[in-house]
Amino acid sequence: MKQFTYTITDPVGIHARPAGMLAKAAKALDSTVTISKADGSKSAAATKLMAVMGLGVKTGETITFTIEGGDEEASAAAMEQFCKDNM
Amino acid sequence: MQVATGKSILNGIAIGPLRIYKKKETETAVTSSLTPEEEYARFDEARVKAQEQLGALYDKALDEVGEDNAAIFEIHQMMLDDDDYLDAVKGILDTQGATAEYAVSTTGENFSAAFAAMEDEYMRARAADVKDISRRVVNVLLGQDDEEMMADQPAILVADDLTPSETVQLDKSKLLGFITRHGSSNSHTAILARTMNIPALVGVDFQDDWDGKLAVIDGYNHCVYIEPAQELLSAMEEKRANDLKQEALLQSLKKKPNVTLDGKEIKVYANIGNAGDVGLVLQNDAQGIGLFRSEFIYLDSQDYPSEDQQFMLYKRVVETMAGKKVIIRTLDIGADKQADYFELDKEENPALGYRAIRICLTRKEVFKTQLRAILRASAFGTVSIMFPMIISVREVRDAKEILEECRAELQERGVAMGNVEIGIMVETPAAVMMADELAEEVEFFSLGTNDLTQYTLAIDRQNPKLDNFYDSHHPAVLRMIRHTIEAGHRHGCWVGICGELGADQTLTETFLRYGVDELSVSPASILPLRKIIRSLDLSKESQD
Repeated sequence: MKQFTYTITDPVGIHARPAGMLAKAAKALDSTVTISKADGSKSAAATKLMAVMGLGVKTGETITFTIEGGDEEASAAAMEQFCKDNM
Repeated sequence: MQVATGKSILNGIAIGPLRIYKKKETETAVTSSLTPEEEYARFDEARVKAQEQLGALYDKALDEVGEDNAAIFEIHQMMLDDDDYLDAVKGILDTQGATAEYAVSTTGENFSAAFAAMEDEYMRARAADVKDISRRVVNVLLGQDDEEMMADQPAILVADDLTPSETVQLDKSKLLGFITRHGSSNSHTAILARTMNIPALVGVDFQDDWDGKLAVIDGYNHCVYIEPAQELLSAMEEKRANDLKQEALLQSLKKKPNVTLDGKEIKVYANIGNAGDVGLVLQNDAQGIGLFRSEFIYLDSQDYPSEDQQFMLYKRVVETMAGKKVIIRTLDIGADKQADYFELDKEENPALGYRAIRICLTRKEVFKTQLRAILRASAFGTVSIMFPMIISVREVRDAKEILEECRAELQERGVAMGNVEIGIMVETPAAVMMADELAEEVEFFSLGTNDLTQYTLAIDRQNPKLDNFYDSHHPAVLRMIRHTIEAGHRHGCWVGICGELGADQTLTETFLRYGVDELSVSPASILPLRKIIRSLDLSKESQD
């Protein structure tokens, strides 16, 4: 299992478009990616568009990515890059 | 005549008959005679077909409203791939022996309700998206299309709600504007309407008997007039004609330089009073923001706005302008602009009183909070700072010193900052007379002609009794302007005009002959001004 945190800079938070792109990017990986809110109150599989939107992650909020199975190293790197580019 | 109010999502006027559109109530059977597996197969086939339709809509939207706005249809396609959504449909089919139609619309309602209950306004607006995709699948299952929304004649469409896909499908040649009962100004539909330049009002409590009646959407005043009185109708027609003229001008002048026939180029920037005006700035093709009146942040607030609050606002404007210059005028409060929490004393003569830089230099923490916010925003684009109401060199030096303190504090915090150009407003006769010395201290001057005129002529413009004495082209004011431009240039400053006179087209040639470098005007004045500039030839003798 690998984990990293990321702080959202997009002013609208994780809105529909980045959530959709995230789902697409996560589906392309051979690992399972879960994102969760900092207080641990909610989490969602990154591939599930509506569940991710349902987290209601706002700008400035820090979320944790958990990567399990497959090539965890490569998947984590891909997710981190995705965050920097899109969220 | 009847008047109803709503929330305008585009400043514009639409005039025409109203057409009320009612969605067909779809009657769907609840229980199925097929097995759950068979129903799921029906659902899956309809789902794939709906995704194909969405793909076609994406292409149409891409053409009409651009990639960013078309993305919603891609999202809709992805929502129809969402595991939770599919599981929910399957669950209803398996446990209730229901039809696919029933399972899809119920799932749509449930998911939509979950979004509608969220805290965030943006997420609440997504409820409509989930309903939209579910309705699309149900329509495919039933083999029906929604009724043609537009009649043969151009009309203002009235509906309870419009989905993004309905909005894109509308025949633009017949759509004058639209009115909805529900929907937020933040919805995708609203965003699309803005992009397509269609006047629209949301949140209007309309009545069924409006159908077919003549109406005017007044987007500037957030209202709609049903069967307007003749006088009002004429006024609105005129306003609309002006809008169209502006639009035509925009089309012919967009992306063209502000250059005279003999090749002198000058900058035309926009004045803005709040962050929301940036859309207008870009729409009217301004080269930058010449006057960002920062006081709105204070006037809209119940208490001193924090550094972070201000930073977010400045950053948003600076980022949206994408590298184009943004000149932020520091707090100009006092006189006619009051905020209770400043607890300013009542003054006998507020125009000559405790205001603007005079407050900033004595309430240093308020000033520093704003300067730090501006400096932080400067990392995201091109930012200039301008101090208002300057009368002496000492004030400029003091303000600059405080600015440097802020810069040092931020450096210590490891915060990124950009280069910030420093200038002053020249709006007092004292600043004009001291222009040579002041120019040594700063990189630019911006002439605030409203105050400069009032202080030079000693005339209160609010007093109608003085109209006979007031002359906005008074030679004393024009000489002040000329003197300031020449003094600025002697010391390497560029000089602009951001007051009302800057937009006075009868003076544009005069100002250009004085050598002015920049004119900053309201967004609506930019293109008319560009047109004048492009018709002038300064190599020829003035006709005056």
